[in-house]
Amino acid sequence: MNPIKYAYLAVESWFNVAFGSEWNPLYNMGRLAFFFFWIVLISGLYLFIFFDTSLSGAYASVEAITYEQKYFGGVMRSLHRYASDAAVITIILHMFREYALGRYNGVRWFSWISGVPTLWLVITLGITGYWLVWDELGLYVAMLSSQLMDALPFIPGSMSRNFVGSQVSDRFFSLMAFLHFMGQPLFLVFALWIHVKRLSFVKAYAPKGLAIGSFIALLALSLAAPAVSHKAADASQVAAVLNIDWFYLNVYPLMDYFTAGQTWIMTLGVTFFLMIMPWLPPKKTGPAAEVHLDHCNGCEQCAEDCPFDAISVQARTDGAKFEHEVKVNPDLCASCGICVGSCPSSNPFRQKNEILVTGIDMPNKPINDIRDEVDNAIAKLMGNDKIIIMGCENSLDFNSLEAQNLHVVSLFCIGMMPSTLVEYALAHGADGVFITGCRTGDCFFRYGNEWVDERFDGNRQPILRKRADRSRIKVFRAAATDSKQLHKELDEFQNHIKSLNEKGAADEQEPANA
Amino acid sequence: MHKLLKYGLQIFYYTLFMLVVWYFSINPPYHQLEENQGVITLSFTHATKLREPCRKLSQDELMKLAPNMRLTMDCKRERSPLILELYLDDKLLTKTVLQPSGIHKDQGVSMFKSIKVKSGEHKLRIWMNDDIKVEGVTYKHEQSVNIKPEQLLLIDFDVASGGFVIK
Repeated sequence: MNPIKYAYLAVESWFNVAFGSEWNPLYNMGRLAFFFFWIVLISGLYLFIFFDTSLSGAYASVEAITYEQKYFGGVMRSLHRYASDAAVITIILHMFREYALGRYNGVRWFSWISGVPTLWLVITLGITGYWLVWDELGLYVAMLSSQLMDALPFIPGSMSRNFVGSQVSDRFFSLMAFLHFMGQPLFLVFALWIHVKRLSFVKAYAPKGLAIGSFIALLALSLAAPAVSHKAADASQVAAVLNIDWFYLNVYPLMDYFTAGQTWIMTLGVTFFLMIMPWLPPKKTGPAAEVHLDHCNGCEQCAEDCPFDAISVQARTDGAKFEHEVKVNPDLCASCGICVGSCPSSNPFRQKNEILVTGIDMPNKPINDIRDEVDNAIAKLMGNDKIIIMGCENSLDFNSLEAQNLHVVSLFCIGMMPSTLVEYALAHGADGVFITGCRTGDCFFRYGNEWVDERFDGNRQPILRKRADRSRIKVFRAAATDSKQLHKELDEFQNHIKSLNEKGAADEQEPANA
Repeated sequence: MHKLLKYGLQIFYYTLFMLVVWYFSINPPYHQLEENQGVITLSFTHATKLREPCRKLSQDELMKLAPNMRLTMDCKRERSPLILELYLDDKLLTKTVLQPSGIHKDQGVSMFKSIKVKSGEHKLRIWMNDDIKVEGVTYKHEQSVNIKPEQLLLIDFDVASGGFVIK
């Protein structure tokens, strides 16, 4: 296994110990970034009320907010800065996570590639923010940004000249204020909308507990180390030492060693590299799901469940009596197979002596093959505790679990498993069904775990019927780093099944003896 | 795991996160200048001289033009490059050759360059050539300057003021 992935999963498990799967911040980096944006937005609106957008008044107004409003203004300013910094960290960790866990390529290329410029947009938003304070750091940011702009071939004249001597332009400053308050945030909202465009069930709100904890932490930091300005900007002076914000301004010190043009080349080079990462190398994905209209009644459950918005509903085209049919967009299909688990026609009790054809199926692992695998496994397994393990191939390597009485049915995602398959296995001779997949809150295909839970709880179609013996079904989720716990849970389940069988045998003997 | 221990761990992780946020939001300090350093910034825009002198058109040439195009002087638009050298205490600080901007190279040059120098008394000498038809210097300036630590000494250029202006 990829060592980066292994190490990252191990770190996530430490966080699971403290936060549980629901609040684990590493599972919620994108959502946390959204949450920090809300803090930035609200605190920014407050600061805007008191901020003087003129060159001569900006610094004094920021100082007044910081020192003359007792705690409130200073805390709002600090929240504004620290939440912006926290947003950058969470975005970078979000990117790293998707990379480490292999969730950035294949059909996910779009979210990745749209995420890279979104990060840059956030950075430029922070840069204009520092500019507006118009202290020594603001002047430094203005000077260096202008030198970068001057290096672009399509920028006429010298923008840098605006910030030396007595030529500092008030209008230019107001333009920056407009960009920071309106232009860039609007672009950012648009970029975020594009970023999540190809996903269904986008969760843009951080879990409550995590949001409260993060806010308290930010508030504590704002009180302990309030954000302050440098000295007022003076175009005839150059500050020797600056406390720069490395999350936002890390490019500028490079210009001590490289020209503005070289700095552009490096920045654009990193951007280009990040953007082509999904194709280094291209991910080999399986074929897209296929619709079999003669077995589809247009119930739309697969379209409802698809985490990648790859299935659309359209008017019936085959003349059948149903109103709708579904259509798969192969460019969006992640080949997760969740739609197979959603389709009521995937019921293995159907077409028992024929080839099982379902309404929507995976060509490289059709439901009929899965049913055959279960049938063959039950026939071959030995002992009185035959257990079928349904597992997701993206969670961990199941080969070590195979035994005389154990058989693993490996699926693309645990959401691919029709609930009726569990019932089918039990009805056809399996003594127990052990279901495993990615860790709770961390499904490789986003919603496989949740849909299985909801189907089992009767809250999502197709449900696991009440007649299925729950005492013979166990769900335990695990990642590659959890194989020890998985073995332990499986051993316990085997003992449990054995005791159930022994008890059942004793119950059968008792009336006979009587 | 005991609830208190769980909350304790959460506090530990939040604290760690906030320490990272706080530290890199202001640290490590960036030293833009060393002690006893100031900055000389050359910043000006200047329309250099035309590359070729204007030429008076002959009567024959004028007659070949449409009546509304009959300007007696033919002036090519392209301007001269600007060559500039800056010396501090007779040591060359920078030598720059700037080409005029614009597709037809008919617009002025923009100069912006900052150079870190040791603070103190210095003899500053600067010259430029803004006319390709002239060999050597077209403007020059020499002055003693006292650059204080963290001071930005601006060298501007204004034809109306007679050339280089030190601010």
